[in-house]
Amino acid sequence: MSVEVTPVVETVDLKKYYKTKKGDLHAVDGINLKIYRGQTLGVVGESGCGKSTLGRTIIGLHKPTAGQILFQGRDISRMKRKKDGLCTKMSMIFQDPYASLNPRMCVADLIADPMRINHLYGSRQEQYQRVEELMDIVGLARRVAGAYPHELDGGRRQRIGIARALAVDPEFIVCDEPVSALDVSIQAQILNLLMDLQDELGLTYLFVTHNLSVVKHISDQIMVTYLGRCVEMGSSDQIFENPCHPYTKALLSALPEVSLEARNKKVELLKGEIGNPINPKPGCRFASRCPHCTEACLAGDLDPREVEPGHQVSCLLYE
Amino acid sequence: MSEQNNKKNAVEVENLYVEYHSGGQVVKAVNGISFTLEKGHTLGLVGETGAGKTSTALALMRLLPDRVSHMRCGVIRLKGDNIMELPESHMNLMRGSIISMIFQDPMTALNPIMTVGDQILEALKIHNAEGLSKEQLNRKVDEALELVGIPASRKNDYPLQFSGGMKQRVVIAIALACSPDILIADEPTTALDVTIQAQVLALIDVLKQRLGMSMIMISHDLGVVVKTCDDVGIMYAGELVEYGSVEQIYGDGPHHPYTQGLFGAIPNIRSKSRRLTSIEGLMPDPTDLPKGCKFSPRCAKCMEICRVTAPGEWEQDGHRIKCHLYGGYTE
Repeated sequence: MSVEVTPVVETVDLKKYYKTKKGDLHAVDGINLKIYRGQTLGVVGESGCGKSTLGRTIIGLHKPTAGQILFQGRDISRMKRKKDGLCTKMSMIFQDPYASLNPRMCVADLIADPMRINHLYGSRQEQYQRVEELMDIVGLARRVAGAYPHELDGGRRQRIGIARALAVDPEFIVCDEPVSALDVSIQAQILNLLMDLQDELGLTYLFVTHNLSVVKHISDQIMVTYLGRCVEMGSSDQIFENPCHPYTKALLSALPEVSLEARNKKVELLKGEIGNPINPKPGCRFASRCPHCTEACLAGDLDPREVEPGHQVSCLLYE
Repeated sequence: MSEQNNKKNAVEVENLYVEYHSGGQVVKAVNGISFTLEKGHTLGLVGETGAGKTSTALALMRLLPDRVSHMRCGVIRLKGDNIMELPESHMNLMRGSIISMIFQDPMTALNPIMTVGDQILEALKIHNAEGLSKEQLNRKVDEALELVGIPASRKNDYPLQFSGGMKQRVVIAIALACSPDILIADEPTTALDVTIQAQVLALIDVLKQRLGMSMIMISHDLGVVVKTCDDVGIMYAGELVEYGSVEQIYGDGPHHPYTQGLFGAIPNIRSKSRRLTSIEGLMPDPTDLPKGCKFSPRCAKCMEICRVTAPGEWEQDGHRIKCHLYGGYTE
């Protein structure tokens, strides 16, 4: 890779803590990532591991507690988003197409909304011309322009969500579990659509999901997170063919595979549930559930170490 | 009812139809399905949203709302009793003790202003035929919680104090409190994380063995179904388009085009290709189902006859497929 390539999005030791009565909730705890143009970084993890907060902090819905967010080389973590025109450079596709659309707006208005807010087009006519274009791009029939969200099924609603995200011509899109509320046959349609859009428009994605098989399909790079920290990062093939961290291994083992051979496969059950993110103890966050836990794991926070080029693991097993 | 039937089959459904009437429209949710569930076996019902899976489950529990729904059916037999003929009061007693259900979403299936202990107690009180004392009932609540791996000391906590996986355990504890013979699990792990899903599935499996239950597992996740079920029914637009043993459904034999499409649409971690083969189009509108085969508008192998006549059933060793490709008799 040549030297002058700046990642579209980069975070440096990004932290987001929420204040609670019992102390600080470490939702994102020192995440370093780089996403290059036209690439997809998949962030996988279970609920409560801070993956959605990461996406929302990068896009500016939350203010980071510490650390930097660089967008095309500029630190945007302290910027006022709207004034700097960042609103039109990055956007977001939300998880639940049933909850993220205003039920009192029709499809065309929903898609025009981001353009209206950002004053992108002078006249309503131009706006609605663009709406029609977007509806074609995401595969919505123009006749549903006057329909309301409740009249449409989940797949179509998520297409509205995608059209809304595209309405501002962004370069970078955070996809927060965009297919988890959809049926498999519809899920496949939406994933294919997202990949086609990426190829056509050169989009860069941060793809947040809990579904490992989905992330494998869509991502170039994968980051596995646990309680706000990155436990393993590498290319899609590295993570799936050579998972190193015990948590990644457990995740892959727990994934129900669709084959008769999987029927008799023994699943390595993890004991317990995800730990408490409020004032976590130093050391490996996964230690309480880890079958290989030693005293050294609890001594202090771990820095990721490289097991092969581009493949980083935060685990003492790989000293 | 023959004694033999009674012993072997936990559930028998013949020709079940469920319709919902609303605003002058008729929504055909379930269109003539038949299956049997052997005692101790697990049947998986797979399909997408709107395929009629949950309607089938609610029909088995007779929980469909009377005002808008309409059930037409030959017979539904639970342990030999035809529940279509039972009075509501009798059915009330069967729910919980004979047949019980784990609901889909643990976040909404629990009452937020009742402690979890009280919610389990509620089920036990209704089925308290032996006339147990309050203390004995309370002990049963503790047992039910411990059965699903929650310390009994937490029975005075409210649902909001539990995580998603724990809530689903509570829902399972309520469903199992009265030791039902038949358990319907409606997407029991859909709302859970993978590692927690694995725990809950393992728990259900252990409890099923221990209590000797028969189970109907409703899911859209073919990976979950292959791990837990003995028989599988693939549902589409209210019909069982394919039905057979796990080996028959997941094996290489003949399949319904919808089953093939469903398997193709799942992202597989072993596959190298990036693009998924999606099934084009959408589920048909249940108020206006297509003539002939209900899958024909989306089917890649659709023939002339598919649009006109509904396919009959092809059968081989208990493997049933409703498709013209296999030349089943036509109705």
